[in-house]
Amino acid sequence: MFNVQDIRKDFPILSRKVNGKPLVYFDNAATSQTPQQVIDTIVDYYSNYNANIHRGVHTLSQEATDLYEQARQNIQAHFNAKFSHEIILTSGTTHSINLVANGFSSLLKKGDDIIVSALEHHSNIVPWQMLCERTGAHLKVIPMNEDGELIMEAYDKLLSKNTKLVFVNHISNALGTINPIETIIEKAHAVGAAVLIDGAQACPHVKPDVQKLDVDFYVASAHKMCGPTGVGMLYGKASWLNKLPPYQGGGEMIAEVTFEKTTYASLPHKFEAGTPNIAGGIAFGAAIKYMNTIGFEAIAAYENELLHYATEKLLQIEGLKIYGTSESKTSVISFNLNNIHPYDVGTILDKLGIAVRTGHHCAQPIMDFYKIPGTVRASFAFYNTKKEIDALVEGVKKAKMMLS
Amino acid sequence: MVSIEDIQNEIIDEFSMFEDWEERYQYMIDLGKDLPLIDDQYKTDSNIIKGCQSKVWVHAEMNDDKIAFTADSDAIITKGIIAILIRVFSNQHPKDIIDANTDFIDQIGLKEHLSPTRANGLVSMVKQLKMYAIAYQTQLN
Repeated sequence: MFNVQDIRKDFPILSRKVNGKPLVYFDNAATSQTPQQVIDTIVDYYSNYNANIHRGVHTLSQEATDLYEQARQNIQAHFNAKFSHEIILTSGTTHSINLVANGFSSLLKKGDDIIVSALEHHSNIVPWQMLCERTGAHLKVIPMNEDGELIMEAYDKLLSKNTKLVFVNHISNALGTINPIETIIEKAHAVGAAVLIDGAQACPHVKPDVQKLDVDFYVASAHKMCGPTGVGMLYGKASWLNKLPPYQGGGEMIAEVTFEKTTYASLPHKFEAGTPNIAGGIAFGAAIKYMNTIGFEAIAAYENELLHYATEKLLQIEGLKIYGTSESKTSVISFNLNNIHPYDVGTILDKLGIAVRTGHHCAQPIMDFYKIPGTVRASFAFYNTKKEIDALVEGVKKAKMMLS
Repeated sequence: MVSIEDIQNEIIDEFSMFEDWEERYQYMIDLGKDLPLIDDQYKTDSNIIKGCQSKVWVHAEMNDDKIAFTADSDAIITKGIIAILIRVFSNQHPKDIIDANTDFIDQIGLKEHLSPTRANGLVSMVKQLKMYAIAYQTQLN
């Protein structure tokens, strides 16, 4: 039974004050808060198991390795990957994307096309631009409409036999739009292109099934789903991961080294050079377990309720405009007040203890589309309440009064 | 000429009358609204100081051995703080600007806006004012 007051007790940070006011944390799309269960996992690791993994014969190393590999299996089960070695643990979504982009630089040639969407975060634009510079491939962009939805007819026209890769986020970080990734994947596969889905914003809200999606690569960050910062994952179909060359050289990723030749380790270690973020990986597994205990259906239903409540309340404020008005969106509201700069609104809200994000949200092309410098973005998680939304609405009204 | 330190003390006095953050911010917002801070011809890309979120423009001119600064921002709270900084540093000798500190910002309860990690361009703006002062001082020497 979903009870938000009980859930809130799991998050120690939610009881702190900011500027003398109870914290209202609405910057969940940037990073989620961490429940005690995950914090305990990190403390427990350093208190009882800390050792380097995969190589030691001693007990601590073996136990730490078991915990780390167990976490990988939790992640595998969560995303329903076929094999645990299809889960590469990385430092986060950006690292995962760069790993794939780097791998493809040896597979692409001049005249090939790469397709991204207009809704992408900079981390899903820049690595591909760099890849295009290296290979001579072209970057093509699926445009968006006023509601912040991808124009699928345009996507159809961009696809051709030259399309080698398609990269789209599952859910837009700036607007919350849920993209029709099933269709995007199917159509890309029909022309023989591989697909990478950036799930950073989706994973806090939905449970992707990578086999059902038939996606080639899926990436996510732990810190957006109640886990620690500095750890994330790359799911890749084994057939693709075997094809890509290693990303970084170092320990862990080798099978045999002589000065003449090195043979690489098998998956997943081929892509996990050096000592990984062991505590982070284990805590990532714990975070996934925590979220599944609450249940993704319950989370989605409750967050949807928050989204509709907040949308209705905020729209009652005269001069407030919401950007990203797709029917299909998650609990993210990007808005502006008339001609008031988002930075000013965010500053006043902070004084009231309300944490929102302001600016271009690392998605400048979207801001350019709407011809605005940025937005105020409030993003809700399953531990937020309607009472907190009321505080936001009052805060926005106050900011409007002070700044108009 | 009123010294930089005297102006800073005046500002500290003014701010001491405010009872809470709201009054302080309302005052800054009003300062921001009041002032046409920069001539439009100087609102060019080359005069822009890039903060992460709000844009800040600064222009400097030398009159009678003193530097006159004009500036602007697209965010009004930032603009209010700029108005305060201009009041302190404009029409002063380059050397005095170079030597001046900005501790008064802390004393008027606006420290967070001049934290080096704050993404509003103000820290870069103070740096830029001092750079202009250093450049003009070099010319005078």
